Amino acid sequence: MSTPLRLVGAQDRNVRIPLASSVPAVENEAQLRALLASLSGVDAVGAEARAAKLATRSIKKSTKLTVLDLAISMVDLTTLEGADTPGRVTSLCTKAMRPDPRDPTVPSVAAVCVYPDLVAHARSVLGDSSVAVASVATSFPSGRASLKVKLLDVAEAVAAGADEIDMVIDRGAFLSGRIGQVFDEIVAVTEACGDAHLKVILETGELVTYDNVRRASWIAMLGGADFIKTSTGKVTVSATTPTALVMLEAVRDFAETTGRVVGVKVAGGIRTSKDAIRYLVLVNETVGATWLSAELFRFGASSLLNDLLMQRLKQRRGAYVRSDEFSGD
Amino acid sequence: MSDRLDVRKTYKLLINGAFLRSESGRSYEVTTAKGAFLANVAQGSRKDLRDAVVAARAAQPKWWGATAYNRGQVLYRLAEMAESRRDELADHVAQCEGLAAKAARATVSRSIDRIVWYAGWTDKVAQVLGGTNPVAGPFFNFSVPVPSGVVAVICDQDSSLEAFVDAVAAPLCVGNAVIAVASQCRPTPAVLLGEMTATSDFPGGVLNIVTGLTDELAPILASHEDVDGIDLGGVAPGEASELSAAAAGSIKRVLRPDGRDLSTSLRRLRAFVETSTVWHTIGQ
Repeated sequence: MSTPLRLVGAQDRNVRIPLASSVPAVENEAQLRALLASLSGVDAVGAEARAAKLATRSIKKSTKLTVLDLAISMVDLTTLEGADTPGRVTSLCTKAMRPDPRDPTVPSVAAVCVYPDLVAHARSVLGDSSVAVASVATSFPSGRASLKVKLLDVAEAVAAGADEIDMVIDRGAFLSGRIGQVFDEIVAVTEACGDAHLKVILETGELVTYDNVRRASWIAMLGGADFIKTSTGKVTVSATTPTALVMLEAVRDFAETTGRVVGVKVAGGIRTSKDAIRYLVLVNETVGATWLSAELFRFGASSLLNDLLMQRLKQRRGAYVRSDEFSGD
Repeated sequence: MSDRLDVRKTYKLLINGAFLRSESGRSYEVTTAKGAFLANVAQGSRKDLRDAVVAARAAQPKWWGATAYNRGQVLYRLAEMAESRRDELADHVAQCEGLAAKAARATVSRSIDRIVWYAGWTDKVAQVLGGTNPVAGPFFNFSVPVPSGVVAVICDQDSSLEAFVDAVAAPLCVGNAVIAVASQCRPTPAVLLGEMTATSDFPGGVLNIVTGLTDELAPILASHEDVDGIDLGGVAPGEASELSAAAAGSIKRVLRPDGRDLSTSLRRLRAFVETSTVWHTIGQ
């Protein structure tokens, strides 16, 4: 989806990205600490109120159809279960390439997201389609392993053909103040990724405050993340619109000060088209239409895709669609 | 004269076990048969129905998964609740239908008896509508009735309670989840009965009651693809054909009013079941 999309009532909030500036090189932990200290605090009440206000915006008719297709193209179709089998991944990949088998105008999703051991299988099913293979790595979802193990995890996933790596930050280290360790790990994983895109999962549900979300976002972006991602989907609190807003603001500020453009992925608990559209409104109003593309915004989800397809069909047929109209996973 | 403030009742929709105002914020005025103001009632919308269908779809497997005996107990419990609030029901029936107090009480008695009748049918309907089939082979072959799934009921416009009970209890009895659109001009007895389901162990979403304009709501349910059957009892005869055609688009079971009295027949129980036949091998 390369044409910029205009949502109802949107003003031009496109980020002014400077050409000259660059990402500051972080030499040591003290410097990183000083940089984070220079960030302003998050107005929690304001962030929640703004997210709630934007959630009331209604998207209708042809705009809704365009937005539904856009949302489908942004889905990272995910299966991260202990019970995953190659068969399940095969059906997921098939669905990713052609979400509605009867309708070729439905765009394919952005990527499938699997555990590292299933990357090779997903790669072989997807072949040379436009759907990327994303793999969680670095001892997902807890991130509780030595750096050596984490890097090996990444290297194996990349070697098996992963185009994108979703790493988790060490929340234990972050919360106990060892931010240098968190940063160094992200830098090391960025290197291990090579050409693969890196998404850094902050697990915002465990970071306690919005200020921590803002700081963690900056650490990830300074460390070389191509995307920052809200959650693993494995803890009680997953993506929420206020945290997404805080992350989008961090991405905006980062782009305006460093000139580097970073994407955002929201994951966990996003099941309905209505939820998805709320996030897209938030994106449009916070960072602008540039981010309304699968290159810069993603949904990590599984059941969301079916709801998007159902809504799409409902808009076309004019009647509500059966809940079993589309295959489960 | 008492200086107490009036405590006015809000007549709400019943969706997914919760009593809600319409998401549209609309309400409409309901009058007694003589034209006096009776109540402001929620005017349900397309999105209320959408939510009700989602709730019914989610609740139906649990309702059908319960034992038939248990479904009977729940329906009987509803009769118990109605019995203890029979005066209130009779009062509303009298006002809505313009009946004398005695006639209204008789209507309520018949309605409660009908609930008990359907409560009794839950674990007997399989024997009557199902059975073993003789087959030419070493198989034990039997058929059982299984519910259609989610059933929409457009309730009778005149009989505010008795016809409502008949139309709603029958599909519930055989294991369906129901979305009922109550009589447009006489909805309050149905709303009262809905309130009683909250104290009758009904799982949320099994019975949803939406009040509003029948002409607006019926076509939405008729064309909704996730509804498996529709009872057009409360639709004007001239409009039933169009709604049936809309229902055919998603292969719904349709029960159309034909003037016959269904109260002593099994037609209502039969209307929203499918027959599932099992071939079971016999040894050797």
